[in-house]
Order: sequence, then structure tokens, then C-alpha cells
Amino acid sequence: MSEPILEIRHLSKSFGSHAVLKDVDFNVNPGDVTSIIGASGSGKSTLLRCINMLETPTTGEILFHGKDMTSGRVNPNEYRAKVGMVFQSFNLFNNMTVLDNCLVGQIRVNKCRKDEARKRALHYLNKVGMLPYINARPAQMSGGQKQRVAIARALAMEPEILLFDEPTSALDPEMVGEVLDVMKSLARDNMTMLVVTHEMSFARDVSTRVVYMADGVIVEEGPPSQVLETPKELKTRDFLSRFLEK
Amino acid sequence: MLSQLILDIGSIWSKYGMVYLTGIGNTLLLAVTATLIGCVIGFACGILQTIPYTRTDLWIKRFLLKLIRIVIRIYVEVFRGTPMILQAVFIYYGLPYFTANAVRFTDIWTVSILVVSINTGAYMAESVRGGIMSIDIGQTEGAKAIGMTHLQTMLYVILPQTLRNIMPQIGNNYIINVKDTSVMFIIGFQDFFAVHKMVSGAVFKYFPSAMVEMVGYLTLTLVASFLLRKLEKKLEGKGNYELVNTDQLVMTAGTYSYPDGEAPFAEKNREIGGGNNE
Repeated sequence: MSEPILEIRHLSKSFGSHAVLKDVDFNVNPGDVTSIIGASGSGKSTLLRCINMLETPTTGEILFHGKDMTSGRVNPNEYRAKVGMVFQSFNLFNNMTVLDNCLVGQIRVNKCRKDEARKRALHYLNKVGMLPYINARPAQMSGGQKQRVAIARALAMEPEILLFDEPTSALDPEMVGEVLDVMKSLARDNMTMLVVTHEMSFARDVSTRVVYMADGVIVEEGPPSQVLETPKELKTRDFLSRFLEK
Repeated sequence: MLSQLILDIGSIWSKYGMVYLTGIGNTLLLAVTATLIGCVIGFACGILQTIPYTRTDLWIKRFLLKLIRIVIRIYVEVFRGTPMILQAVFIYYGLPYFTANAVRFTDIWTVSILVVSINTGAYMAESVRGGIMSIDIGQTEGAKAIGMTHLQTMLYVILPQTLRNIMPQIGNNYIINVKDTSVMFIIGFQDFFAVHKMVSGAVFKYFPSAMVEMVGYLTLTLVASFLLRKLEKKLEGKGNYELVNTDQLVMTAGTYSYPDGEAPFAEKNREIGGGNNE
């Protein structure tokens, strides 16, 4: 058993008096593809945003290779550079071309040489099938294309773990496939991924572990076959039956 | 009537043409310099005002950031809320008065540029703040998520878009500056309007000179409007409504070498076939 990349310890997050996350504990090991499922408002996205320190946890610890990122002693920017994030709304930089979107972080944050950065950006853009569009701007692309560029942008930083916050939820149905295909190929390359998703097929077929969340707590976690097909908890069964009815 | 006006203008121009042109030159130089410096001040305020802090930050950091916001707020309110003409008086005559001549500016140009810049900066600070707010928070988060600092996020992502969005306001400020720098006569600045007062006093013909001024100011502002529109178009980026020609780009892209030596778009087959490439 290898050392976990990420250990979440007693993580809680409240907005005012509203507790969104309540004492969440879990680990991410290298190569894990973890799907986090659950109803809207169950705290999945907040958990992901806390992990990337986009939200400051109210209490609890986030250990990255054993070092606490919430202590205030670690520069959050250095940490974020190693933890990639893909958003529901893509969040590409509208003032830059596709290629520049994939270059700016490498050059400004990782201080890569320009030619190296370019090579890497083209490599990952090729991987997501967006190489022909390097000169396009975000406004000129479809949602699926934007999301693939966003994935390439995150990959170009060579992160140790990649977080996906409902990456297909803002897409038209016919574009969901192209993004999921990219994610599947990443999973095959042993990328460590943490995916908040409503795509049950992805959770079942691609992920190595499924976490079910409800009301800010982790209700059940385990291999996909167990959580999705023979759930132990009543809440999980309820959620899955309601979800599959739709 | 009209022929008399033309004759008067002709005679004034033949005698004082160079003086008018020097006045225009001074007005133009002051307005351009002060607008540019004002923009820099405005953007600097925009960057400083938006530095984020959370309640888990050290108290000293929170205190300093709050202090910065308060200082900028006061700066904006004071300089936006008082007449530029009085600000010029305060700096040119007031400083030596209050400091027993220890602090005094002797150069009229320095004081004029200082006063107009600080004034423009106060207006621009608000324009930039509005411009930053108009960029959706998602891009800031996207930049944060790849580890960019606040300054990097602002410089490379937010401010370039802000600049484009507030170009009309910058144009407004510039045109206002072209006209309002005339109040600098109070400290003896020889701008375009000061020439009018000098000439009309010398020849005892008030209206013909005013006509020259009108045409002069309108020419200055129209040229400025035209150039600003051009700049705005340029900032919009060329390909905004142009669809990317896929075939052409494949050709271009295909000339690069990839770490894994594959042809573009080979990934589709790879994904279906389940092969890996790293």
C-alpha cells in the first residue's frame, strides 16, 4: 500500500450557520479514480473546493503528502499548482487563445521555458483532441470543446491529482461523451482523479472507488460494484433508486 | 457678418497661429500624459482593492488590506468630490503656505500633470473596480486553481479584459481632460484656453478667437474619439467572429513534433482501442 497523496481529516465547512460539510474524513491514494456522488446540495462540490483551498475549511486538516495545507504555513498557490481542477463552467481565460490558456500557468507559475511549455501544451491538447483549435478563443468553441481545453490546461501543469467538479453537467447531452472519453483515457493512464459527477456510468465503469455523500457527510464508500449495486446503507439505496428512475 | 468673422479669424490666425498651436500642443500633452498616469493609478487601485483575505489570515494581513481599501476609498471620494481647480491651488500655493516654503513645486508642468493625473486616477479607480466586477468570478477561480497569485491573475487574466471593457470610460476621461485642463490657468499653465484669454485681450475681439477655440477643441476630441474606437476594435481581437478553419489548422499543427510522436487526432482511436500512450 503506497502513501496516500491526500488525507482529509475531520473537515467541516459552514457558510454562516449553515453547515455544508460535517466532519468529513477520507484518503486519496495514487492512481485512485474516485467518484463522489450524491444529491445536489449534499456538499460534494464544497468538498472539492475545500480540497483545492478555493474555500477555506472551517475546521479540519487537508494533508498533502503528509503536510497540512490548512495550517497557513504553506503557500496555497504552490499547492494548487500541483492539484489540478476542472470546473463545471470551464472557466477558461476569455482573453487568450486555446494555446495561451495552456501556456500561461506553466510559464508564470511553474516557470517553464517557453518551448518546453509549448511542447507540453500541444501534447495535452492533442491528447484531448483539441490540437486543431490552438488559435481559437473560448467564445468560438462549444461547451464540450471548452471543457476538453480546460482539462488540457489542468494537465499541462502536470498535477499529481486532478479534481473534476461536475465536468459534464453544463454540457449538451451529445457533448458529454467526448469529455467522458477524455476522462476515461486519463484513468487508463493512471492519473489520480477525484470526480464529482452525476454520470453513473462513469462512476460504475471507470472509477476505482465511489463515495456517496448526503447532507454534508460521507454515507458510504467502497468499490463501485459494492456501492452502486449492493449498497449497505438505506440512504444510498434510496438515492440510487431515485436516480435510476429518472 | 460671416465674411467679417472669416476676416477677423484670418487676421488673428496670421498673427497668433503659432501661439494657438503651442496652446493646443500643451493641452494635448497634459491631457495624454495625465490620462495615461491616471489609468495606471486606477489599475493599481483596482489590483490593491481586490486582494482577497479570509478570516483565517493573520490579523496584520487583514488589518493592512482593510487599511488599503479605506485609504483608496478616501482618496477616491476626496479627489472626485472637490474641484480640480481648488486641488491645483492647494498643491501649488497651499503646500508652501502650510510648510513654510519647505515643500513647494516650482514647475507648473509638474503640478499640472500631478493634479490632473491624481484626479483622473480617482475616477479611473472606480471604473476599473466596475470593470473587474464585470468579469465573472469563474475566471479568477480558474486562475487560482492553477496556482496563480493575485497579481498574476490580475495582470494576465482579469485586467486585459477589464481594459477592453472600460475603454469607453477611458475615452470619456481623456476627452474630459482635454477640456478641463483649462482650469490649470489658475496656476499659470499656458493651455489652449489660456491662449484665447491672452489673444482676445490683446486684439479686443472676443468672438473670433472663441470660434477658433471651439473648432480647435472639437477637432481634438473628434480625433481622440476616432482613435479610441480604432483601439477598441483592436483590443477586441481579430478572430472574434471568425470560425476556425479546422483543415488549415491541422496542417499547421501537424508540423509540430509531439512527445509521443503521434499524428493529431490519433487519440480517438486510442480511446476506443484502450491503448495508452505514456
